[in-house]
Amino acid sequence: MAQHQINYASSAGLPLALTTVDKLVNWGRSNSLWPLTYGLACCAIEMMASGGSRYDFDRFGTIFRASPRQADVMILAGTLSKKHAEFARRLYDQMTEPKWVISMGSCANTGGMFNTYATVQGVDRIVPVDIYLPGCAPRPETLQYALMMLQKKIRSESANMKNNTKQNLRLV
Amino acid sequence: MRKYTPKDSVQKKAYYTDRFWVAPKVPTSSVATDESFSATLESVSKVVEVKESYIQLSQMVLKIDAKDNIKTLQALKDDGYDMCSELSATDYLARDGEFEIFYQMLSVSKAKRVRVLCRIKPTEAIESTVPLFKSANFAEREMYDMFGIYVNNHPYLKRLIMPDDWSGHPLLKTYPLQGDETASWYEVDKIFGKEYRDVIGPENRDPAKIDRYDTKRFSRVGYEVGFGTDISQGESETKIEYSTTILVDYNKSQKQLKERK
Repeated sequence: MAQHQINYASSAGLPLALTTVDKLVNWGRSNSLWPLTYGLACCAIEMMASGGSRYDFDRFGTIFRASPRQADVMILAGTLSKKHAEFARRLYDQMTEPKWVISMGSCANTGGMFNTYATVQGVDRIVPVDIYLPGCAPRPETLQYALMMLQKKIRSESANMKNNTKQNLRLV
Repeated sequence: MRKYTPKDSVQKKAYYTDRFWVAPKVPTSSVATDESFSATLESVSKVVEVKESYIQLSQMVLKIDAKDNIKTLQALKDDGYDMCSELSATDYLARDGEFEIFYQMLSVSKAKRVRVLCRIKPTEAIESTVPLFKSANFAEREMYDMFGIYVNNHPYLKRLIMPDDWSGHPLLKTYPLQGDETASWYEVDKIFGKEYRDVIGPENRDPAKIDRYDTKRFSRVGYEVGFGTDISQGESETKIEYSTTILVDYNKSQKQLKERK
């Protein structure tokens, strides 16, 4: 019998893996982050480049979706004007849970150089942001890094989203 | 002795003033110097009274009464100026109590431009030029949006750039650059309602703002505290420990290094 004994602690070579539900669920979530095809300004050009073949977001399992119902991640790429804030929030609301937000670029983070009456001074005023990505505009590598940081964050979270407290107030 | 001037407010004054600086003026010339413009001016003068006319930056400028704008543009259109490339206004309310409305006309066949200027009081309205030029439709809507100038007989006078429920007209000189109160809370009021103003807080327009009591976003070296800790009652200083590893200097002999150890 000794030769068939299974060492459950190290399952090398055997069709067996031990994990927790959290890890399994987060493995799935973090490796299939589907962002919304949603560009606001010049950062969106870098976002498109990230999705293109040279930088290739697909290898992270990240595929841009054209519907908020199918998207997990909202990349707010660019200047958010006050007129448009309502629609950005509506798209966020239409996304299904669990959902994450990357604020891409200086304008989305703080309003950037647009210290004017018509620009939202930081998108965290209207949606809860997980990753703040600095840069004007951030290069595709930077956006990839932000996405990898988001993956890292998701892997450290609980699979039950109710247990996760976000830094920002989750309004409504 | 030289006359004494008090030096108390010397810091408040501009540090450097150039006594020899002269405000630049765009050179103007008479309309008579250009044949094509002279002919145009003559045909326009038959229809309306032209208050002033000159050539500036190779464009003819015509100053007319605001009531004659349709007639003037019609006369110019008949004369070959068949495009109204832009129209808008300038805020001279502080200086003159008036808006200056300009119509920028282009003749493709003549390759020449004419600018028609007229002035209206803020209580007055201007007649729409949409029957003459389709392009005036959006331009007049933008003028209404940015300055609050009403346009009579416009087919659809509605805000063009700002949201419909916006208050104020942003291109007025009296409008603050960072927005009035309704502007600064616009997106919060619209999305969450006014009761969320307290939750979200006012806009931070200072890019270098540091809040030492906000331990979620800021921390100082030597005073590192846990994420989200309340430090309003004081904070504990963290002892900074540096690495004690002996740095290996390969330029020194092994003997010296052993001695150090």
